[in-house]
Amino acid sequence: MDRETVKSRLTKVFRDVFDDDDIELKDGTTADDIEAWDSLEHITLISAVEKEFKMRFTMKEVSGMKNVGEMINIVAERAKK
Amino acid sequence: MLPELSRPFDGDMIMQTKRKLLRVLKERGQGAVPLKIAVLGGSTTSDIIKILELFLRDRGIAPSFYESEYAQYWSDAVFGNKELDEFKPELVFIHTTSRNIEEKPRVNEDAQSVADKLSREYERYERMWTAISEKFGCVIIQNNFELPSERLLGNREVGCAYGRIDFITRLNCKLYDYARSHKNFYIHDINYLSAAYGLERWHELRHWHLYKYAMSVSAIPEFAYSLANIVCSVMGRNKKVLALDLDNTLWGGVIGDDGQSGIEIGSETSEGQSFLRLQQYVKAHKELGVLLTVCSKNDHENALEGLNHPDAALHPDDFACIKANWEEKWRNLEETARELNLLPESFVFVDDNPAEREIVRTQLPEVTVIDFDNPEECIRALDKCGFFEVTSLSADDAARSEMYRANAERAAAEKKFASYGEFLQSLEMRADIRDFDPVHIPRITQLTNKSNQFNLTTKRYTQAEMEAAAADDGYIRLCGRLVDKFGDNGIVSVVIGRKDGKSLHIDLWLMSCRVLKREMEFAMLDRLVEECQRACIDEIIGYYYPTKKNGMVAKLYEEFGFAQVSADAAGNTVWRLETANYTPKTTAIKINESEN
Repeated sequence: MDRETVKSRLTKVFRDVFDDDDIELKDGTTADDIEAWDSLEHITLISAVEKEFKMRFTMKEVSGMKNVGEMINIVAERAKK
Repeated sequence: MLPELSRPFDGDMIMQTKRKLLRVLKERGQGAVPLKIAVLGGSTTSDIIKILELFLRDRGIAPSFYESEYAQYWSDAVFGNKELDEFKPELVFIHTTSRNIEEKPRVNEDAQSVADKLSREYERYERMWTAISEKFGCVIIQNNFELPSERLLGNREVGCAYGRIDFITRLNCKLYDYARSHKNFYIHDINYLSAAYGLERWHELRHWHLYKYAMSVSAIPEFAYSLANIVCSVMGRNKKVLALDLDNTLWGGVIGDDGQSGIEIGSETSEGQSFLRLQQYVKAHKELGVLLTVCSKNDHENALEGLNHPDAALHPDDFACIKANWEEKWRNLEETARELNLLPESFVFVDDNPAEREIVRTQLPEVTVIDFDNPEECIRALDKCGFFEVTSLSADDAARSEMYRANAERAAAEKKFASYGEFLQSLEMRADIRDFDPVHIPRITQLTNKSNQFNLTTKRYTQAEMEAAAADDGYIRLCGRLVDKFGDNGIVSVVIGRKDGKSLHIDLWLMSCRVLKREMEFAMLDRLVEECQRACIDEIIGYYYPTKKNGMVAKLYEEFGFAQVSADAAGNTVWRLETANYTPKTTAIKINESEN
């Protein structure tokens, strides 16, 4: 799946999870850029992304992802649909 | 109720959009009943609390939470801490799971040693419950233990002294023993819940290792919904009525076209069996105090013909009200609610036709509508919704249908009299109005928490708080039972007044709407004044706090002859009555003339 498609679908998930329609994702976006994105909300976010792309992150990926760009890379490689 | 939170819901979607859902619920949340809940967790509880809040707010309860630090459930419960003490919880939920079992049996451990472990494990829990009860006297909800994800010994995990599933099962039985012998203590059955959800899906080990959630994050909405059902039941927010369609809902076919012999009901055919099973399931709700009504587009005679089918489980006298006509269903539901003196929000509407369901949803949104495609699904939908979750049953519950039917007879009798006063006299009413008796506390609490219309202060009590009030000399309490020639209405009115020198402040005054316009409120007042005079109290101070539902009693104290003392911008009013020179107002009810 190409990165742009992933990014636009990911944007919708982020907007849902953080209840903020103004969120625009960039590769460099991190938890510091989105106020509500704390470790507890990270759980919801990961589950929602897994559901949207019908894939699963490994535990290492969940704790190791540094920014949205890395998340897009993993999803682009592994998303089932 | 929000469609996103109504069954069958998409749990992952609820998790994903929980912030938005909370915002929406808070925006329209005025009039919700506040409730302080302490969540003492043995694993992560963050999202459990967030989702629980959604389901509670959706049903009119506005919770505030104390959340223990990670896995500090035991020390919080047993030793307490300042924050928790100051929070003063009205309800404590102990979120422990099989992961919190400290001493598991070892393979080949001898039976006595395992039994000792079992006792030690159980005693840790009992010590918590005792400490919480003594300190807060509040409702406790305790998870039981779910089955583990692996079975080292295979099937030998049960039926063997050192089997772990054997151990968990025995531990659960000890929890149930405690629950049976203690009031205000309820088991949250996650053992059932995880099995129904699917044990393998429930134990999402990644979520344990990553976040220390004792269950899959996707299962949290199921978990929270089930927990919310107990809370709603304790708070008296259960539904009260099942309003049922007939054709293709309670039997197969159309009675008007197919005739009594043509409809599918009974054990002869497989389709007939599945409708019979639904009828039996529905009928069993009467034992829980749920009222059954019919809401069907049919000629009345045809409806009765179907209900009199010899193989049917449900018959005309099982229903508190039968509306079989060609009016819009939502109008019939409204009319039924009026006749039974209940609010539409107490109703669950069951109809096989999606179009009819949709019309009721849009025209009468207070009514809860369930979705299903066939009788088996209908049973499952009703069962999973938990609208009638049982936390306590009083003798009145089982007799409730009978009481409502007697009301219908009274209404018919009323038409025969020239004046209303003459009608009241003809009812030969007797009231028993006395201080709370311990055996009546569950019913008093239940009535207190579910009365919305004839309720001056809408103050809610947990059973523990009610017991405390019942034991306190600082109060004058009355509960009233009304009997007439058509039957016993049970306990229908409750008054609690707080003594303050020569004054009595009315904390609570409520009455069941099924005895409206029967002089019962005056009988309660007569008895209250009598009790006040005996206790040398000179004045009674009454309070009216308006809600969306209690408009009918805005002028009650005025009718009672109280003088208004004050009113504020929100419509809250304060009233005063001197107890000297009071003339009793009851004319048609004989008070406290029975033997006991």
